[in-house]
Amino acid sequence: MREERSDMSEDEDGGGGVEQKERWGPSHGGGGGGCGSAKSRGGVWTDPPPPFSDQVLENVLENVLQFLVCRRDRNAASLVCRSWYRAEAQTRGELFIGNCYAVSPRRATDRFRRVRSVVLKGKPRFADFSLVPLGWGAHFSPWASAMATAYPWLERICLKRMSIADYDLSLLAFSFPFFKDLTLICCDGFGTLGLAVIAEKCRHLRVLDLIEAYLEEEEEDEVVDWVSKFPQTTTSLETLGFDCVVSTVNFEALEALVARSPALRQLRVNHHVTVDQLFRLMVRAPQLTHLGTGSFGHPAALALQGDVMEHDADLVSAFAASKSIVSLSGFRDVASQYLPAIYPVCANLTTLNCSFAEITADELKPVIHHCHNLQKFWVLDTVRDEGLQAVAATCKDLRELRVFPLNATEDSEGFVSDVGLAAISQGCRRLRSILYFCQQMTNKAVITMSKNCQELVVFRLCIMGRHLPDHLTKEPMDEGFGAIVMNCKKLTRLAVSGLLTDKAFGYIGKYGKSIRTLSVAFAGDSDVGLRYVLEGCPKLQKLEIRDSPFGDPALLSGIHQYYNMRFLWMNSCKLSIRGCNDVAQRLPRLIVEVIRDRPEADDETVEKLYMYRSLAGPRNDAPPFVMIL
Amino acid sequence: MATGSLAGEKDERSLGFQETELRLGLPGGGSGGEGDVGKNSGKRAFAETIDLKLKLQAAGDTKDMAAALKMKRSPSQMSIAASATDPEKPPAPKAQVVGWPPVRSHRRSMLAVQSEKPSKEDGERPAGSLAAFVKVSVDGAPYLRKVDLKMYRSYQELSMALQKMFSSFTSVSSSCGSRGTNGGDSMNEGKLVDLITGSEFVSTYEDKDGDWMLVGDVPWEMFVESCKRLRLMKGSEAVGLAPRGMEKCKNRS
Repeated sequence: MREERSDMSEDEDGGGGVEQKERWGPSHGGGGGGCGSAKSRGGVWTDPPPPFSDQVLENVLENVLQFLVCRRDRNAASLVCRSWYRAEAQTRGELFIGNCYAVSPRRATDRFRRVRSVVLKGKPRFADFSLVPLGWGAHFSPWASAMATAYPWLERICLKRMSIADYDLSLLAFSFPFFKDLTLICCDGFGTLGLAVIAEKCRHLRVLDLIEAYLEEEEEDEVVDWVSKFPQTTTSLETLGFDCVVSTVNFEALEALVARSPALRQLRVNHHVTVDQLFRLMVRAPQLTHLGTGSFGHPAALALQGDVMEHDADLVSAFAASKSIVSLSGFRDVASQYLPAIYPVCANLTTLNCSFAEITADELKPVIHHCHNLQKFWVLDTVRDEGLQAVAATCKDLRELRVFPLNATEDSEGFVSDVGLAAISQGCRRLRSILYFCQQMTNKAVITMSKNCQELVVFRLCIMGRHLPDHLTKEPMDEGFGAIVMNCKKLTRLAVSGLLTDKAFGYIGKYGKSIRTLSVAFAGDSDVGLRYVLEGCPKLQKLEIRDSPFGDPALLSGIHQYYNMRFLWMNSCKLSIRGCNDVAQRLPRLIVEVIRDRPEADDETVEKLYMYRSLAGPRNDAPPFVMIL
Repeated sequence: MATGSLAGEKDERSLGFQETELRLGLPGGGSGGEGDVGKNSGKRAFAETIDLKLKLQAAGDTKDMAAALKMKRSPSQMSIAASATDPEKPPAPKAQVVGWPPVRSHRRSMLAVQSEKPSKEDGERPAGSLAAFVKVSVDGAPYLRKVDLKMYRSYQELSMALQKMFSSFTSVSSSCGSRGTNGGDSMNEGKLVDLITGSEFVSTYEDKDGDWMLVGDVPWEMFVESCKRLRLMKGSEAVGLAPRGMEKCKNRS
């Protein structure tokens, strides 16, 4: 959980980046040599201004534009005229590419020459749920190579859902002498060897943050001791996060590293680090602000010994001494008697992530009771409605809540319900973002939340059983979601579930004018549902749909919209090759990928569709199971 | 990158299956020939083993069934009607759908990893869902898949899911599969057949000891605990597994 990295969260605003969405339209042939936008406005200037004043203007402009940080503002500035376009391109320091296939690395590096920070996103989000076969793409290699030559001053790279090889990490380490910040979110393909090279070669490294990365499986003898590879002198490390790394790390090396990293503020260890080891680390780093606690328990063998009591007292004092902690996570094997150790920091906590800890309401209550300043809370549903009621009673400033299911199967028991949701809506009026997994929900509770929580920007409700109606009235969940889009005027991201008819989509199309990201699963009756959305939601950027009865007519109804969007994903709907071909022909700058399970030519049905606008044309690294129309 | 894992698969392929003329046969050299793979009588010497045969429907059947189901039922849901064609079996439990509920694989596997340790002082095992992700490869298929074995409750459910995932490379053969002597979980008609060569697939898995076993040898729960990787092998390569499976069974019981 990264408060600062709002640009990488799922809830960030879409659009922008290299594509300028106002320029996209079916009638435009697309830009010529450059990125097209300024040139197509070239006709406005009948007399070109004298070159001298042009240069002066650009110099002045560059100095001014340095201060422009927001990429949308920058995109707008680049459209003013050629001069502004150039000045902006020279001064853009952070390059954000929302879809790595939307533009070629070469084109991006040609336009933006002085980039210090790159953010790059790859696979569609449904890849997280095993819907995209292994080997689909989003390889970092071509970008790594392009940047290695183009941006020797590069300081920061942030990747999300990219496939990265150890070799790529090695290339980074050797190509960028000033490299400071590597953040990898939901990436795969690399292992401890890549980490070792980064640790060893990036002498100015400040941030190494692995968030939900899938490291390659390595045998015991393949695992590299990367923690030992950091420079032996005082390091400049500020953030070290490896809670997702499955293999053990050399603890002595880690402890020594922490001891010689006075700038360290954020440390997230993996579940192999026991509570005793955590204590030792905390003693070395009382200045920490963000702590990922690892297991927060003992390995079974130690637990049987009698020395548990000593550790309790030590642990409490360690937390008491860590006056700066504002964020806690980990708790992977939490032994409940250790939880009270965190009381000294609870009052300062703004973020608490115990979503891997199977704690009950009774175990949660004494902890949450102290957390008056909590803004972000991630928890497992084992705390039940009762636990959520306790949260609602104390955490008046809560902005983000995520309730994950212990048993993520559609017929699991489900520990939270509409009761918990209603309680949260009563108590946490400033709520902006919610992700809630449950098995029972009512329209009434959702409507209540829509009225109480006017600040909602993200509403993601997952009723795990498919097609489940309101469990009291047995009606579809249309009214509940309708109320959300109607009442929550700031809503930009919505995920729906439960039994939904086309009526729900009618509401979304009618009221969801700010919606940028929409996730649909097992919903709707007919093509009309999707039409409502495509015709009604002008700000739509990302649309992901699965298992819903939408077919070619619905797909075609969105032709006017697709160049404005980052992508559309549809799997297990009613699409056919003909419909997809139709779209591909009408929109030449749209890449239409059909991911096939059946390569037979005469099979009309499209199992998986992924479409996205692109300046780069069809990619050349598509695996055999991807057909680009 | 995916190529890494594919390369790994190729290495495993060379483990002990060097010669293509070796055939799956009874211990002690019984009947040979690839043709025997199709006949259940020669294949297994032990009555208690269950052969995993994937039941496939022709593409047309799938469409008909999908149409027959309610409008709201989605194509990706496993067809419950599949079990309806076999009157001997009780109705199949609702098969799990891939990627639903939408919890990241990362989270599923993290919860699984930590659940392997006893996490409560009083020795209570948490009632956790233990994900068991294994890679599945089919010889000749260009890509791997990962499946969570905990999503399924029987060999039959697993076979249905695999069938769905890899149906492009296989088709059902009309050979008469035997019902097997074990009434337990699945015995399906038909065998998985490679479209190109016409040779049949045999389902195998790598267990915790690194040995390759035939799927179906052991009770389902034991299989889930011990399976590390699944591979649908060409029949010609699945040699020498049967005896080992037998020995392991004996060693365990």
